[in-house]
Amino acid sequence: MQSTSHAFKDNAQRALHDPRLQRAMENLRHGFQERRRVAAAALPEFEQLRDIARDIKNHTLANLDWYLERYEEKVLASGGHVHWCRTAAEARETILAICRSAGARTVTKGKSMIAEEIALNDFLEEKGIEPVETDLGEYIIQLRREPPSHIIAPAVHLNQDDVEDTFRRSHTDLPADRSLGEARELCDEARTILRSKFLAADVGITGANFLIAETGSSIIVTNEGNGDLTQTLPKVHVVLASLEKVVPTLEDVSTILRLLARSATGQEFSSYTTVSTGPRRPGDLDGPQEYHVVLLDNGRSAMLGTEFHEMLRCIRCSACMNHCPVYSAVGGHAYGWVYPGPMGAVLTPGLIGIDEAGHLPNASTFCGRCESVCPMKIPLPKMMRHWRERQVERGLGPAAARWGLGAWAFLASRPALYGLAAKLGAGVLGRLGRRKGRFAALPLAGGWTGVRDMPAPEGRTFRDQWAERNRR
Amino acid sequence: MTDAQGKGDKSARSQMLGAVRRALGRGPLDATAAAPLERRLADHPANLIPARTDRPAPAVLDLFVQMAEAVSTTVDRVADERAVPAAVSEYLARYNLPSDIVMSPDPVLDVFPWHERPLLSIHRGRSQGDDPVSLTPAFAGIAETGTLMLESGADRPTTLNFLPDTHIVVLFADQVVGPYEVAWNRLRAQQAAAGGGMPRTVNFVTGPSRTGDIEQKIQLGAHGPRRLHIVLVEGRSPAAGKESEGGIGPAADGPRP
Amino acid sequence: MENTPAASPCRVGLFVTCLVDLFRPTVGFAAVKLLEDAGCTVVVPQQTCCGQPAYNSGDKARAKQVARQVIAAFADVDYVVAPSGSCGGMLHEHYPELFADEPETALAAQHLAKRSHELISFLVDVRGMKRVDARFEGAVTYHDSCSGLRELGVKQQPRQLLRSVEGLSIRELPGAETCCGFGGTFCVKYPAISDRMVTDKAEDIRRSGAGTLLAGDMGCLLNMAGKLSRLGVPVAVRHVAEVLADMADRPSIGAPDRK
Repeated sequence: MQSTSHAFKDNAQRALHDPRLQRAMENLRHGFQERRRVAAAALPEFEQLRDIARDIKNHTLANLDWYLERYEEKVLASGGHVHWCRTAAEARETILAICRSAGARTVTKGKSMIAEEIALNDFLEEKGIEPVETDLGEYIIQLRREPPSHIIAPAVHLNQDDVEDTFRRSHTDLPADRSLGEARELCDEARTILRSKFLAADVGITGANFLIAETGSSIIVTNEGNGDLTQTLPKVHVVLASLEKVVPTLEDVSTILRLLARSATGQEFSSYTTVSTGPRRPGDLDGPQEYHVVLLDNGRSAMLGTEFHEMLRCIRCSACMNHCPVYSAVGGHAYGWVYPGPMGAVLTPGLIGIDEAGHLPNASTFCGRCESVCPMKIPLPKMMRHWRERQVERGLGPAAARWGLGAWAFLASRPALYGLAAKLGAGVLGRLGRRKGRFAALPLAGGWTGVRDMPAPEGRTFRDQWAERNRR
Repeated sequence: MTDAQGKGDKSARSQMLGAVRRALGRGPLDATAAAPLERRLADHPANLIPARTDRPAPAVLDLFVQMAEAVSTTVDRVADERAVPAAVSEYLARYNLPSDIVMSPDPVLDVFPWHERPLLSIHRGRSQGDDPVSLTPAFAGIAETGTLMLESGADRPTTLNFLPDTHIVVLFADQVVGPYEVAWNRLRAQQAAAGGGMPRTVNFVTGPSRTGDIEQKIQLGAHGPRRLHIVLVEGRSPAAGKESEGGIGPAADGPRP
Repeated sequence: MENTPAASPCRVGLFVTCLVDLFRPTVGFAAVKLLEDAGCTVVVPQQTCCGQPAYNSGDKARAKQVARQVIAAFADVDYVVAPSGSCGGMLHEHYPELFADEPETALAAQHLAKRSHELISFLVDVRGMKRVDARFEGAVTYHDSCSGLRELGVKQQPRQLLRSVEGLSIRELPGAETCCGFGGTFCVKYPAISDRMVTDKAEDIRRSGAGTLLAGDMGCLLNMAGKLSRLGVPVAVRHVAEVLADMADRPSIGAPDRK
C-alpha cells in the first residue's frame, strides 16, 4: 500500500472537515469504549491477566527463534508447509506460487492486516487472480477500493447509506427496487454474494491471531465465520502470519484470548475461535487438502531487542485506537498506511521508516489512555517518545521547533535569567490582558490563538511575589 | 513448489532465525537453555484461571446456559437421550424452520431415537452449502463464556458448523466444563488415546455468526449460522452411554462427577 | 482543622511549575497554604521548569540539562510537591527513565522521583488530609488531567477534599478521563486536532451544567479556559487548589480583573 503518512496533517485536516466521517466516528466513541469497560469490569481477574499475558509474550520473544523452530517442526509433522519470508515481496511471490500450483483463479480472504501490509490484493489482481475479501467490512472497502481505517472494523469510517450506495454500484444485477435501507438487508445481500464466492474459491488465505508452538496450530478469531469458510472450503489454505504471533502453549493462548475479545469488541469471547492444525486428515469429508504457513519478518526482527521490542507483544485488538482521542478525531485513513492509531504510530515508523511516518508518533498528547487499556501492557507513549528521540538524533523535524526548543533550553537552564524573562513577560502580558482577562490573538502564538483564547497572566510571577513575601 | 522456491525458503529461514538471534544477542539455545522451554511445552501449565467457574457442578451447568443465552444461543434442557428427537422437531416447528437436517455421520448421534420422529428428514454427511439445518455433536461446552468446542474428524465434518442457516448441537451435561483449560486437557487425553495429535480443526463457537461492521449495529448471521441451538441432555441412560465413544464421554481430569 | 494528627512535620520543596509561575501565581500560594495546613514547612528552591517540553519532543540532551538543575535544587527537602500531575509525573515517572543511561545521575534521579508528588494526592495520600476548611458556593465539575490520572493515580483525592468544601456540589463531567487536547507542544503542532478535542471537551463541560470547571494542571486549564471563552460558554475555570485553599475570590482563569 502506498503510504500517505508524510501528509498526516493534510489528511487530518480533511478528515476533521468531513461531516460524514465525523458522523461515523461517533459510533466508535460510543460503542467500543463502553463495551470494553463493561467487559473488563465483569472479569475480576482482568488486570492480573494483563500482567500474565505480558509475561507470556516477553518470554516468547526472548526465545523466539526456539519457539519458531518448534512451531515449524509441529506444522511439518501435521502435514503442513512453512514458508519463511523476509520481505513483503518474498511473501507475495510465495503466495503467488502456491496459488499458481493450485491453478487458482479466485481466492477468498479472511481479514488479515498482514495481507494489507504486503499489499497482496493488488498484486494478485495484477497476476490475474481474483482476491475476494469475505469479512463484511473488508468486502465493503474492497468494493470501494479503499484501505481499511481500523484494524478490526475496517469500514468503521462509513455510514450505512455509504454501504448501500456501494452495493448498488457494485452489485450490478441488483434490482433497482430491492430494499437495502436496513443493516439487516445489507448483511443478507453480502451473505448471498459471498456464499457463492466461498464455494467457488480455489485457495483461501487467512491471517492468524496466534501460532502455537506446542501443536503447530494457527488460530483465527472472527465473529462472522468468514474466516472459517475461507479456510475450510477451498482445497488450499494459506495462513499469512508475522513471526511474532507465536505463543508457547494452548494454555498460554487461552490466557491471551481472555483479554482479546474483551479488549477489542467488549465481547466475553468472539463468536468463532478456530484452531487449525495441518490439512485434511484421511477420511475427513471436508477441510483443505493443503495447509501452508507464510511466515513473514518484514521488519519485525529489526525491532526485536531495540527500544521498540515491546511493540512485538501487540495482539492487534484495537483497544488503543478505540480509546485514542486523536484517532477518534481524524479516523484511520489520516494515518496514511495500514496501521492507524497508537499502535500504528509506533509500528508504522518501524516498518516504513521514520522519514515517511514521522508525524505519527508526534501526533499524540501522551494522554496515556492507550497504554492504560492495552491488554498486553505495551508502553505506547514511551515508544512514541523514542521515535521522537530518533528524529531529534537525526535532525529531522521543523527548524522552527528546534530553534524554539533551543531558546527555551537556554533560558530554562539559567534560573536567574529565566526568572527575569518570566517576570517581564508576565508583567507585560498581565497589564495588557487585565481588562479582558484574555487575548484573542497574540504574536507568535497563532497555533494557540487561532482556535482558542489565551488567558492573560495574573501579572506578577509567583517567584517574584514569593521573594518579596520572604523579604518582608 | 518448485526447487527454486524451496531453496529460497531455506536461506530465508536461516537468515530470519539468524536475525532474531542477533537481535537477542545470542546464538541458538543449547540443550540446557532449551530444557525449561521443552518442559513448558510438555507440561503446558495452566496460567491464572478466573474464579468464575469455581462452583459446584450443577451451578457450572447453569452458568454455561446463562452465558450461552447471553450471546443469543438458545438452549433446551432435556432429561435424557430419548427426549432429543422431540426437542429437535419442536425447536424447528417453533421457528417455522424446514425439517431437512444434515447430520454428522458420527455414531454418537445414533443413540437418539430418531425413528420416533419420521417427519424429520435426516441426511448424514458434510454440508454442501445449501442445507437449512445441521445437527452435530460437540466435544465440550465451556461454561466460562457459554462456548461450544467442536473438533473435526472423519465423522465430524466442520462445514456443518458454518454453512447451514441453523446449527443444532446436542451436548451432554457431563461434557460441560468450567474453563478452557479443562477442555484442552480432555481433548489431549482423547487424542492421545486415539494415538494422534491435534485434530485438523477445533472450533470454539460462542453464539451465532454476527457482525457489527455496519455502524456497529450487531447483526446475526453474517456468514455462518443465523441461529445456534443447543439441546442439552442432562442425563445419560446406562445403555446409551456405552455407545457414546469418540470423545463424547467425560475424561478423568474433569471437575465434574 | 482536624488534619494530619499522624503526619510528622516535614520540609516540602514546592515545585512551582512554569505555567503557575507565569500565568497563575495564585495556584502557587494556594499550594503553600494547603501544605502549611497539612503541617509542612514550605520552601521554594531556585527553579525554572521540569524539562518536559524537551523530553516529550525527543530532545533528551536538553531535557537532562534542565532536569539536572531540578535534581540539585531539590536535593535537601523531604518531599517535592507540584500543583500539577504533568510536572509531578515528569519528576516521579520520567526522571529515572531519562537518566537510565547515566549511572552517576540515575541514583539521584530515583531519589528525587521517590520523594516527588502531585499536590492533592500528596495532601490526601501522604499527609492524610481528610477535609479542608473552605467555602465555595455553587456546582463544580472536575476534569481528570491525563498525567495525574494515569501516571500518578490522581482520581478520588481531589473529589474527596472537594466534598468537604462548604456550599460546593460536584457534577461529574461526562468523559472526564478523555484528554482535553492540550498535550504540551501538541496543541500548537497539531492545532486542528487539538481544537477538535478541546471543542468536544467544552461541549461536555457545558453539558455538565456546572458553573465552574476545576482541574489540577495549568496546561489543561489554560486550554479549556481559552476554548470556553472563545466559544462564549459562561463557565469559570480554576485550579482545584484555589478552591480547596479558600482562595477562589480572585478572577477565574481568563476572566477580566475587575479590581
